[in-house]
Amino acid sequence: MKVPSPRLRWYERIYLWEIARGMVVTMRHMIRNLFRQREMPTVQWPEEPKHLPVRIKGRHRLTVREDGSPKCVACYMCATACPARCIHIEAEESPEPTIEKVPKAFDIDMLRCVFCGYCVEACPEDAIRMDTGEVSIVSDNRDDFIFHMDFLLRGSGEEWKKKRGRPEPVEEDEDLSSPPDTPEETRDGYRRRERPPVPSSW
Amino acid sequence: MKEWVDGLVEGSSLLQSLPIEVSYFLAMVFFSLVAVGWMAICALFFVWLERKVSARIQSRLGPVYVGGRFGWAQTPADALKLLMKEDLVPESADRLLFNIAPAIAFMATLLTFVAIPIGNGLVIADLDIGIFFILAVSSLGVIGIIMGGWASNSKWSLYGGMRAASQIVSYEIPVALSLIGVVMIAGTLNLVEIGRGQAGGIWNWYLFKSPFLFAAGIVYFIAALAEVNRTPFDLPEAESELVSGYNTEYSGMKFAFFFLAEFANLFVISAVAVVMFLGAWNSFLPWQILPGPIWFLGKVFFLVLVIMWLRWTLPRLRVDQLMHTCWKVLIPISMVLLIGVGVQMWLFPGN
Repeated sequence: MKVPSPRLRWYERIYLWEIARGMVVTMRHMIRNLFRQREMPTVQWPEEPKHLPVRIKGRHRLTVREDGSPKCVACYMCATACPARCIHIEAEESPEPTIEKVPKAFDIDMLRCVFCGYCVEACPEDAIRMDTGEVSIVSDNRDDFIFHMDFLLRGSGEEWKKKRGRPEPVEEDEDLSSPPDTPEETRDGYRRRERPPVPSSW
Repeated sequence: MKEWVDGLVEGSSLLQSLPIEVSYFLAMVFFSLVAVGWMAICALFFVWLERKVSARIQSRLGPVYVGGRFGWAQTPADALKLLMKEDLVPESADRLLFNIAPAIAFMATLLTFVAIPIGNGLVIADLDIGIFFILAVSSLGVIGIIMGGWASNSKWSLYGGMRAASQIVSYEIPVALSLIGVVMIAGTLNLVEIGRGQAGGIWNWYLFKSPFLFAAGIVYFIAALAEVNRTPFDLPEAESELVSGYNTEYSGMKFAFFFLAEFANLFVISAVAVVMFLGAWNSFLPWQILPGPIWFLGKVFFLVLVIMWLRWTLPRLRVDQLMHTCWKVLIPISMVLLIGVGVQMWLFPGN
């Protein structure tokens, strides 16, 4: 596609006036940011928390039944759906007569995971979810990035309720389109929390 | 400087017992250390300022941690880091040229500091050929740059060095031509005398003395930006094309020298513009309200701020546009302005 360049007027071809106009724009930004720096969109991460959408795909967790045992039935659907092949499951026989299998090991290699969420979609038991809101997974050791079952199960329930600021959806027919008691929902669907005070020295 | 040393020797019995050459030598060492220190302080401050200004223009915060407030110690910390880094020389580089190139670039800038008057008579070397000296030694810097580009034996560096050579040599011409107008009106090359000639109010500044000199001031400012490789003329180190240009292969101390020279050049071109066009150390009122150095540094810092402001406003030129701007625009304009100044002096003698 050919984009015709606009014909410049004579005063535009001198450029000095146009440069001055451009400089007015940058100076306006600079003055606004100097005197109203709290309104800058920059987030001083990780000191300031980043405001993530409530429904962002974070790292996985495994949900539990009411008696605390994992909901997972080791059906391998998530591992099959995974395009990054980061889920490793070992099954064993379940002690419960109504359940066929339970996972003996359930490892997710977070270095391979692409956060696509296909595992969540594939799971028939709602056993794996990505609703922890944790997106910064940091370590200086590769072994730490392989999340084992006990870690993925830990904190299912009460802890996430507190962390996410809303009751954990446990009911299967939960209406995800309107999360209950969301404090300040704006129309773009992003939750704005109170920003912590920025030190004046910034 | 010589008078100051003579006066010091007169008053001190210890110095009188030494041969006069020793006193002069000690004074030279002292003043060269003053120049190096002043240059380092300027460069460190300007790097910090540039980072802060660019951050604010782009709605960022810039350095905030080092030093507690405003990240003021960020650049000294960076300098310390560069000093302690390993000094790498590429295997296929020309070792001798590679090592002396940063020293030449640094020296060219350092020498100009010697001749810049901070206040009335406050100058390390009160040269009669002051502005000529500054133009001459500051163009030595390109030798260091092209030497570094060649000796690195890297294509990025070589391209950067070649671009720097063509650019700096070309833009020398409009810089010199636009400054000659001021020299004609002032009747002297001595920077202190030029400064004294602009005393007594803003209407005596050479920028406002004649419409030709006003235009010459703008031409000087544009051409000087290109001469020190500042955006929008920063082709020799165009990051997006040449990695980092002529200093791609440099690390540690030698890179610090290039960097220091580059930011100290900001001070030099602003100081020359202030002395030649913006009334040097004189206030804009007929009375000198504050001491001269404060006026001088205030004007220089304002110009440096304008240069940084320009850098974060304008995109980079293409190489052909760069050459077009110099040879087809700035040089003819500065020639016409030079003739204009001459005609004006002929029509209105003694004004």
